[in-house]
This record gives sequence, C-alpha cells and structure tokens, in this order.
Amino acid sequence: MKQYSNVIAAYSVMITLIVLVGIFQSWSIALTILNYCLISAVMTMGANIQWGYAGLINFGIMGYTALGGLAVVLVSVAPVDEAWKVGGLNMIICIGIIIGMVFSIRYVLKKIEKSKKRNYIIAAIIIVGLLLLRLISTPAIESIESVEPAKTGFLGGLGMPVLFSWIVGGLFAGGLAYIIGKIALGLRADYLAIATLLIAEIVVSIIKHEEWLARGVKNVIGLKRPAPYEIDLQTSPWFIDLVKNFHSTKLDLINSVSERQDALSQLVINASSIYVKLCFSGLFLIVVIILLILTQKALYSPWGRKMRAIRDNEEAASAMGKNIVKEHLLIFILGSAVVGIAGAMMVTNDGLFTPGSYRPMRYTFVIWVMVIVGGTGNNFGAILGGFAVWFLWVQAAPIALFFINLLTSHLPETNEIKIHLINSAPYFRFLLVGIGLLVIMRYRPRGILPEKIIKQ
Amino acid sequence: MEFLNAIILLLNYTIIPALTYGSQLALGAIFVTLIYGILRFANFATGDMMSFGTMFAVLLTYYFQSIGISFGVLPTALLTIPFAIFMMILYMLTIDKFVFSYYRVKKSPPVQLAMVSVGVMFVTQAIIRIIIGPGDKRFLDGEKFILKAIEFKEMTGFSEGLTVKSTQVITIVVTLIVVSIMFWFLNKTKTGTSMRAYSDNEDLALLSGIDPKKVVLITWVIAGILATIGGILYGLDKSYRPFVYFNNMLPIFAAAIVGGIGNPFGAFLGGYVIAFAEIFLTYAYKKFFVYLLPEALEPNSMVQLLSTDYKFAISFSILVLVLLFRPSGIFEGKKI
Repeated sequence: MKQYSNVIAAYSVMITLIVLVGIFQSWSIALTILNYCLISAVMTMGANIQWGYAGLINFGIMGYTALGGLAVVLVSVAPVDEAWKVGGLNMIICIGIIIGMVFSIRYVLKKIEKSKKRNYIIAAIIIVGLLLLRLISTPAIESIESVEPAKTGFLGGLGMPVLFSWIVGGLFAGGLAYIIGKIALGLRADYLAIATLLIAEIVVSIIKHEEWLARGVKNVIGLKRPAPYEIDLQTSPWFIDLVKNFHSTKLDLINSVSERQDALSQLVINASSIYVKLCFSGLFLIVVIILLILTQKALYSPWGRKMRAIRDNEEAASAMGKNIVKEHLLIFILGSAVVGIAGAMMVTNDGLFTPGSYRPMRYTFVIWVMVIVGGTGNNFGAILGGFAVWFLWVQAAPIALFFINLLTSHLPETNEIKIHLINSAPYFRFLLVGIGLLVIMRYRPRGILPEKIIKQ
Repeated sequence: MEFLNAIILLLNYTIIPALTYGSQLALGAIFVTLIYGILRFANFATGDMMSFGTMFAVLLTYYFQSIGISFGVLPTALLTIPFAIFMMILYMLTIDKFVFSYYRVKKSPPVQLAMVSVGVMFVTQAIIRIIIGPGDKRFLDGEKFILKAIEFKEMTGFSEGLTVKSTQVITIVVTLIVVSIMFWFLNKTKTGTSMRAYSDNEDLALLSGIDPKKVVLITWVIAGILATIGGILYGLDKSYRPFVYFNNMLPIFAAAIVGGIGNPFGAFLGGYVIAFAEIFLTYAYKKFFVYLLPEALEPNSMVQLLSTDYKFAISFSILVLVLLFRPSGIFEGKKI
C-alpha cells in the first residue's frame, strides 16, 4: 500500500480539482473536462508505451489520432449509395492497383538482385501505377464529390455500430505505424522525431484534401453515438421521473403547478446533457481501465523486462539475442494503435470529424508534455499527466484572467495594457504548459510519478 | 517567340517564386543546421524563434511609420533589422542561459535537449501571441513592384508578362549577402574555424584551447542574425502570422536534413531543393504546353502533377525519400 501512497495522493488532488470545477463552474463543464482528460490519458498511455517502455520518440501522434477519427467516419456513417454507384467501382479498382503495385515491387525486390536494372523496374512500376491511378480515379472522384456536395459528396462508411470503429481506429493507426516503422525506425532519436512529425503531416493533409474519402475540410457532422441523444432523453418518461425523484425536495418547495413544470423541464434539459456525458465518461473509463490492466501486466511481464533492457542498453540486449528491430517495430505499432483508439474516442465524443483541426501543437506536442510531466515509463504517471496537463490547458485562461485582474486591479478599466492582457488571456495556456514542461524537465526529469521497477 | 514566351511564363510563376521561397527556407535551414552541428540538438523552437525576431521588426516598422521615418522605395522593415536582431540575440542568450546551458553542461542526450526545445517553443509562442496577437500583420511599404506585367509587355513585345516584386529581389539579394558573409566567417576567420572544429570533435577542440563558451555565444549570435533576417524576409514577401511561422518549421527541417544536417552549405542548397520541388510539382503546366506544342497536341487537362493542397506534403515526401536512400543527406552531413 505504501508504495502507492503518492499515486493515490496525486489522483486525489486531480479528482478534487475536477470536483471543484463542478461546484464552482458547472457540472457540465467538469464532465467535459473529465471526458477529455480520459481521452488524453489514453493518448498518453499510447505515447508512454513507445517512449517509456522502449525509448522510441514518436512525434506523429497527430497522424494516428486523425486516422482513428477517420475510422469513426468510415465505419459508422451510413454508405452513400449514389456515390458508390457513380464512382465506387473505380475506387475499388484503385485500391486493387495500389495493392498490385506493392506486391509487384516486393516481388521485384526479392527476385532481382540489387542493380541499376532493379531500380529502373521499380521506378517504372511506380510511374505506370501512378498514371493508371490518376486516369481511373480522377473521373470517379469528380462524380463522387458532385453527389449532393453540401450534404454528402463522399463514399460514406459501412453503417456499423460506432463502438466497433474504436477497434478499427486502433487497427488503422497500427497499420500506419507498421509502414512508418519500416521506413523510419532505423533513424537516430531526433531524426525519428522529425520524420514521424512530417509523416503525420502528410497523413493529415491527405485526409484534409481527399474529399471523396471523408469530406475533407468540409467536415462530417452528426456522427452516431454509443450514448442516447439529449432530445430523446428529454421526452422519455422514465428519465423525467428520475429527475423528478432526484430533485423532489427542491421541486416540492415550488407551489404553483406551472412554475414547477417549468423548473422541472429546465432540470430535465440540464440533466440530459449531464447524463449523456456520464455515459461517455463510463465508456472512456472502461477503456482506460482495460488498457491500464493490460499495460501494467505487460510492463511487469518478461516481455516488459525485455523492452526495458533494450531501452537501457541496446547493445547488451542485442548480444543476449533479442531482436531489437522486431521489438521496436512491435512496440511502435502497439503504442500507435492505442493512440488511434483515443483518436476514435475523441471523434465519437465530439460527434463530428474536422480534419482541419488536427494541428501538431495540440495533438503532438501537448501529448508529449503530458507524457513527460506525468512520468515516463509509469502508466499511472501517464494517466495522471493526461489529466493534469489537459486540466491546465483548459483552465489556464480562467486562471490567467484571475491573475491579470488581480495584478492590474489598480489600473482603470480603460487602460490599454489591461485590455490587451485580458484579450490575450487564452494564450497564457501555452505559457503555463511550456513553463510546466521546462520546470519538470529541470527539477524532476522523470516526471511527477517516476518509473518504479519492482524487484522480485 | 513562342518558346521565349514559355520560358517567361515559367520564370514568372515558378522560378522566381521558387528562388525567393528557397532563400527564405535556406536561411532557416542554416539556422537549424548550425544549432544541430554545434549545440547538438534538433531545435523545435526554430519557427517560433524566427517569428519572435520578426515580431520586433513588425512592431518597430509600425513605430517608425508613426513617427515618419521611411526608407524611400525600400521597405522600412529593412531599417529595423539591426534592432530586431539585437532583441532576438538577447532573447536567445537568455533562453540559453536559463534553459539550454544546464543540459549542455550535464551532457544530456540530444533527445532531452530536443524535448526542452519543445518547452521553449511553447513559451515563445505564448510570448509572441501575448505581445502581438495571433492575427495577420502586413508591414510591407515602399515600392511593391520592380517590374509590372504590363510594363514588361510594352517594353519587350512578348504576349506573356513578367512581374518582379521588390520583395523577391530584396529576398534573394539579402540572402546572398548574408550567406556569403557567413561562409566567409566560418571558413576564413579564426573564430569560424574554431566553431567548425568544435562541431567536428568537441573533445579535441577543447584540448586545443577553444573556449566553448565563446563558441556557443557566437553560434547563438549567428543563429539570431539568420533567424531574424529569414523571418523578416518571409514576412515581407507573404505576411506575418505566428501560426504560419510555426508551420514553416517543417519545410525548414526538411531542407536542413535533405542538405545533410550539420552541413551549412548543404542546408543552403537544401532550401532551394525543397522550394523548387514544391513549386515545380504543383504548378499547372497547361499554358506552358500550349505555347510549346502545336495546336493539335494541346493538353486539355491542367497538366498539374499534384494539387497545390499537397505543397507541404511534397517537401516531407522528399525528406522521407532522402532518409530512406541517403540518410546523411544529399550533400553529406553528419552521420545519422
């Protein structure tokens, strides 16, 4: 128990903070923050698997998050039959061509020895393939995008339950990680960081600009939910009864019948949004707990020890017969898949997919700050980092506003500096997060909850 | 005649813009490469540091304009360069003293320094946004064009016009001057040689009596000059917006790595490689072929290899290809 005392203390502080937000601001805001904290925690766990377990630096988190979000659209949205009719076949042929290109290149690489001739053949395959792709896809894309461009203009998805897309999101991200890992894992740490960052940018720009796939920057709205809708709740009798019972003492105080009815409907509206958010929190909590159990088991298994050995001394581990390349690739895929799940969770929570919002600042660097602040190599630390940094990120503006008002209270309301500072309050989040990262790196380089190695 | 028209078309829409953009990237890439070669870490605050220097140029330009100082036909911003550089170097040295030097003395691994630079990036971004705000700022004044399309047509009689913006010429000329002074300094002066020695082998350099503090100081000074000038030139040519500067970090990194990181001359060329690739691959060549080919063969599509949406993606793809096939860069830099 004693070894977990600081974990418990840190988490209690975090929960108290969120409860305080609930009391002083509103429970709806508190639950929104909690949900995002849980999503961030999943992302951070994914990054922590790569950085904490294996020492792999991956700045491509944004790309996997976006792919996870894409999975939600491709899985849960109903298919657009019209679009499939006009261009579906061509797009399937295109996928066939890409697969054909990959396999023929692999075949050439295997069968022909390294020579100039081989390079020319590969170049020819790529050029011919690209030309074919261009020829077949251009008319199809045009006709798909012209099918009711204001509403659809894309192929749609498979119309399956949205929870299934979380798994698909993980698979997508894992698949991308396999490709990136094959390309970039041999690089030295800081090159790997730059390469993954740039590849993630490529992925996001493809999602942004290929409108036939997921409407690109035109966004997909009104995605399915694994939770009930507020409107339905507000009209269902059991929910109204529940709210009535919950607030019975408060409602009994109101005498007039019509006033009581008004108060009740207001309460029902508030309660329905909180209920929906609670449903999401429950789902996210289940994911976090499952992942926590799995990652903890993995960390203290022989496999986890092997990973730490590779991280701490690659040459020694290699000498002991561990296949470093394979293990690195595996852990790269696992971590990225977890991030992909988080990306799918986030899009499900928002109910909309906005490719334009995927920016490296928010989806790569902030997540990395979470990992470092929380504690590298410690899953409890990673979750705590997700909670703490997200909380700071959201609440930085109110905190900054409070201090600005406090420090400039002697100045008149019309003072230009005061107005300027109040207007720039939202940017203090960058300052707080940045200083937080610098302070932690300097004085507690292993994070708030450092890695613990249990000796057996 | 048709042939010359085609050439002028290319000059107007691809070569001159690419040379300009390439010069801006090149200055940034040399900055990255110097920090990487001498201080030994990938500086993720690159874009924001350039933005920080440019911010002072913008503010000072506004101030100069308000008190009526101008630079005639040239943009006022050029007058502000020395002040902006001074502020930039001051900021860099402060950051170095309070943040980077601790890790340098401790000989932390490069990854840790890179992570620290992410923290610096956050802080710099916050300071910039708090001081000047996230909005778009234009600070170009003076003569906008050196040569207008109509004037060119009248002058030469070609049907294709050639436009030369003054910012394009200023960018290219200033870049050439700055870069040549820098290479002269690195290769011919004693301090420059000691910097290169420090970059090649730190221990040997220290043994031969090179003062590491001085090397670090000079590196930040040169870096400050390059970052500020690169940023100001970019801002004059396009416009100043903090978010865009942050994003520019990515093609700049691509240029530095393509040129072989740690190799300033490679970074210089890398900037142009990236810029030319971006612009040549996204330009629609329809009109070009209309000039060159007989009417029967004229293309009816845009003859555009990639949509302009993928501008950034091109530079990153080049980077991936280089990392795959020549990880030390086209022009041989440090070993990876």
